[in-house]
Amino acid sequence: MADDVTMRVWRGDADGGDFAEFTLPAQEGEVVLDVIHRIQATEAGDLACRWNCKAGKCGSCSAEINGRPRLMCMTRMDQLPEGPVTVAPMRTFPIIRDLVTDVSFNFEVAKSVPAFAPPPRPEEGYRMAQIDIERGQEFRKCIECFMCQDVCHVIRDHEDNKPQYAGPRFFIRYAELEMHPLDTNDRRELLRQQGGLGMCNITKCCTEVCPEHIKITDNAIIPMKERVVDATYDPVAWLGRKILRRKKATPQQAVTHGA
Amino acid sequence: MSVGGATITPVQLGGARGGPSARTLRKDRWWVQPTITVVLLTAFVVYSTWAVFVNKDYYVGAVAHRDLISPFFSPCVTGSCVAGAHGTFFVIYWWHITPALLILLGPLSFRVTCYYYRRAYYRGFWQSPPACAVADAHTGYTGETRFPLILQNLHRYFLYVALMFNTILTIDAVTAFRLPGDGGIGVSLGSLVLSANAILLWAYTLSCHAARHLCGGHVNTFSRHPIRYRIWKTLTPLNARHMQLAWASLIFVALTDLYVRLVAAGVFTDPKIF
Amino acid sequence: MTEYETHDYDVIVIGAGGAGLRAAIEAKDRGLRTALICKSLLGKAHTVMAEGGVAAAMGNVYAEDSWQVHFRDTMRGGKMLNNWRMAQLHAMESPDRVQELEAWGALFDRTTDGRILQRDFGGHRYARLAHVGDRTGLELIRTLQQRAVAMDIDVFMECKILRLLSDADGVVSGAVGYWRATGEMVVFSARSTVIATGGAGKSWKYTSNSWECTGDGHAMSLWAGADLIDMECVQFHPTGMVWPLSVRGILVTEGVRGDGGVLRNSEGKRFMFEYVADMFRAETAESEEEADRWYEDHSAGRRPPELLPRDEVARAINTEVKSGRGTPHGGVFLDIASRRSAEVIRRRLPSMYHQFMELAGVDITHEPMEVGPTCHYIMGGVRVDAETAAATVPGLFVAGEAAGGMHGSNRLGGNSLSDLLVFGRRAGIGASDFATGRSGQVVPNQAEIDRTVDEALAPFTRDEGENPYQVHHDLQDTMQTLVGIIRTQSELDEALEKLDELTSRASRVAVGGGRSYNPGWNLATDLPAMLTVSRCVTLGARDRRESRGGHTREDFPNADPEFGKVNLVQRQPSGGGMDEEIKIGPEPIPEMPDELKALFEETH
Repeated sequence: MADDVTMRVWRGDADGGDFAEFTLPAQEGEVVLDVIHRIQATEAGDLACRWNCKAGKCGSCSAEINGRPRLMCMTRMDQLPEGPVTVAPMRTFPIIRDLVTDVSFNFEVAKSVPAFAPPPRPEEGYRMAQIDIERGQEFRKCIECFMCQDVCHVIRDHEDNKPQYAGPRFFIRYAELEMHPLDTNDRRELLRQQGGLGMCNITKCCTEVCPEHIKITDNAIIPMKERVVDATYDPVAWLGRKILRRKKATPQQAVTHGA
Repeated sequence: MSVGGATITPVQLGGARGGPSARTLRKDRWWVQPTITVVLLTAFVVYSTWAVFVNKDYYVGAVAHRDLISPFFSPCVTGSCVAGAHGTFFVIYWWHITPALLILLGPLSFRVTCYYYRRAYYRGFWQSPPACAVADAHTGYTGETRFPLILQNLHRYFLYVALMFNTILTIDAVTAFRLPGDGGIGVSLGSLVLSANAILLWAYTLSCHAARHLCGGHVNTFSRHPIRYRIWKTLTPLNARHMQLAWASLIFVALTDLYVRLVAAGVFTDPKIF
Repeated sequence: MTEYETHDYDVIVIGAGGAGLRAAIEAKDRGLRTALICKSLLGKAHTVMAEGGVAAAMGNVYAEDSWQVHFRDTMRGGKMLNNWRMAQLHAMESPDRVQELEAWGALFDRTTDGRILQRDFGGHRYARLAHVGDRTGLELIRTLQQRAVAMDIDVFMECKILRLLSDADGVVSGAVGYWRATGEMVVFSARSTVIATGGAGKSWKYTSNSWECTGDGHAMSLWAGADLIDMECVQFHPTGMVWPLSVRGILVTEGVRGDGGVLRNSEGKRFMFEYVADMFRAETAESEEEADRWYEDHSAGRRPPELLPRDEVARAINTEVKSGRGTPHGGVFLDIASRRSAEVIRRRLPSMYHQFMELAGVDITHEPMEVGPTCHYIMGGVRVDAETAAATVPGLFVAGEAAGGMHGSNRLGGNSLSDLLVFGRRAGIGASDFATGRSGQVVPNQAEIDRTVDEALAPFTRDEGENPYQVHHDLQDTMQTLVGIIRTQSELDEALEKLDELTSRASRVAVGGGRSYNPGWNLATDLPAMLTVSRCVTLGARDRRESRGGHTREDFPNADPEFGKVNLVQRQPSGGGMDEEIKIGPEPIPEMPDELKALFEETH
């Protein structure tokens, strides 16, 4: 291992900024967040970064390390290539300062997803089979690091799409609710029209960056695209609904369901 | 109590983007993957176009004691097909250009709308995005919400078409074990090539995301639909290898055509194994 | 005078971990104007770290389980120092609290007949922990978070609360703090205030707690005039990783020792043989050879000394380190690499192996681990009324780790998540009822606001001063070495002197940069609470001259029945903030009614 590590850390705010270079002695078994903490404790006490658990469980310390979205607490220094390590804030969200971005977009989207709507709870509790909840359990591993939202080019490169795009994190939320064995709501049209599922062109970057290894594209987005096809695009399914006089829920109905 | 507010409000937020305005900060060779995709897909298109329009050497018949047909030309349903190659009960006489053009539309539509290939060509050709955390090459973006890309949603119908072709190519593979005028049934390298091609195509088709949905993925309570759950559970690991199967079957279908073509052109004879 | 924004609510909840979320949901559900305030983003609180499960006597796996058995397990685990009524309510209500999470979308692992699966855990007589793999805490916080979002509760994220505010009658009436993003001050006025700020582990060097766990709620309650109890009762794990940095604080399960791992000092000596107390001598191996035979065949030898009870092991590690035979980073070596084949280690300890490999490149099949006592949980906290979670000052309610009494002197695994739910809800009800009954305008004390704002901004006004990171570092060193897992009179006295010095240094910290998202300044504003809580723990540890549960005194190694009857209560009688001296004294613990006492006699 080299004796020194050099970090190029973005410093700045909404008015602009630049990379600042810090060189400090390497220590064994360090992750990027350890080095950032050492910089804070010595050279730059006001270097802004978010972190909480430092064990890959809370999803706070997302940043772009050498250009790729990573959790700083889960990225070992000795696994990065030789040379300076670039640490930049997540690109998709407005910057607050240094490595901290304003991720409130995600909290706003969260509000727009209609909650779980179960039937009334029986006296002795709900019954669900393990095989019926396993798909949902995979999606509920999500630690909300928002790196899938960050890497998704639909909003990363096209700011104007944000108002009508929920993003991968919330596609798995929709999938979890729609696949729930007890849920009574139908959010497919809401997901198509307001969630912007059709904007996703399944280039799978969300799956690539997910620190929880959730198969976002294969297990949530594509199955939801197929369910939207059932609800909207499939001509035979449309005919079936006409004959059987069934209706799919409108976005409005999905939002007011059970209220 | 209001649940999420009774109205649908678009998310509107301000704030300036931070960080450097570089196209990407990645230092690895992110361009390798899309380049490989472009090269392979282009090679396939060039080869298949040539094979389609050269319109000969796609069938090895009784003269050579074989019954091998190129997957590009099967089912050979036009009147212009070489003797022995065309279908028995259904023949289109008004189609005069190469029959492969008509035939390839089926499998092609399945591959073009396939969730994996979409990823491959959106990244490789359309550069939207070329790689993760590398900027999109286009300023505007509407995804698959408008014509023509909205038609990608019809993928499941092309799945049915692909299943039909798989059946036909399976019959082709089975009949390739008949060696006319050469002792009835036997195994030749050509018959094995056609069999392997059919198996790969089945594996690719069944690993399709639409198949996984239609066979069971649409069910919410697996516990009440044990058979659909079994099928879904079987297809799921296959689906995880959809990309590998897409490439393997694509390359192999071209190699199968090449094999039949070389035998038909008399470059070498199809060796009989036993 | 500094400008600040103001908000007015019926109920404010400070802290958005499990308890805070549950309290806010309850208050909102009762139709009150409710605000939830948290220091981090919503859903990042330390609750996500809980792995084991939620303890609730639902009887899904063992039908014979009941609240009475759960109650008894909890009281015994806490060495009978618990508030019996809290333990009783907790055991009675936790099944309902778990069930209700399912209606809000939680997906617990299932039994074959579709009910919630429950797992075994130390100290619980029956398998009773509802769980989701090893991420139960995440499931709990996400479920509550999604429920809170669906109810449209106002959430103030990344908002650090500095002090509680009182009105002219001494009723708690809100709080003052600042937005971390901008550094701008903000004042909340509220008819009732709920504290659910969690733990205080960040005052120790080796801790499993996140940066947030600075004991803000403990300290703010004390400053507001509330009583704290049993602050000396802090749960340590004897073997947490101390090095490398990337895995510091991660706990190493006892399973490593059970599977053949041994403790060695820096001289390579397997030192545990020298620390076998008389009472364990008969059942403990005398030589390495005998101990090693035990692993193969339990009848061929006596137990290895590495498997002595938790506090015995901790005391031995503590003594080795203090005698200068520790590792360079203040721990000892836990060696399994030289004793078991790589294949066996990987098979027996798969998650441990992968975690250390992935996070630190430490290969436990090749090299020993550096471990030491690691701070994990504080049982002590704000004295509350069991029914309403009301603190001893009006208008203040406390739930979760910040509250004391529930766990006595030691907490059972799985009881913290259920504690959050049961008393989070009760605090929500208590706060709602109080807010509804409170009449007139709520007017927080302006002088308190002004003073707090001035104090908070003071570090910017100093050109030269202490580095807050350095003060924090030294505080952690002090608490780790002097008020750690094993305590003794002389060290506690020394700690109090050092805390005086650190408090004076903390009053001189200077920070650079601006107010917007400035971690150095944020840390500076966390220091007062950390120092106050550290002092309370030290005072309690000094005065509890016995060993009980999570509190172990080298010089008083046994439990003293007289101390078993009292809580050590700490308060600042006039609510004078940091400057006022803390008074400490014993007060009798509430006496259990006879029918509950009978539960403990039955089994004998």
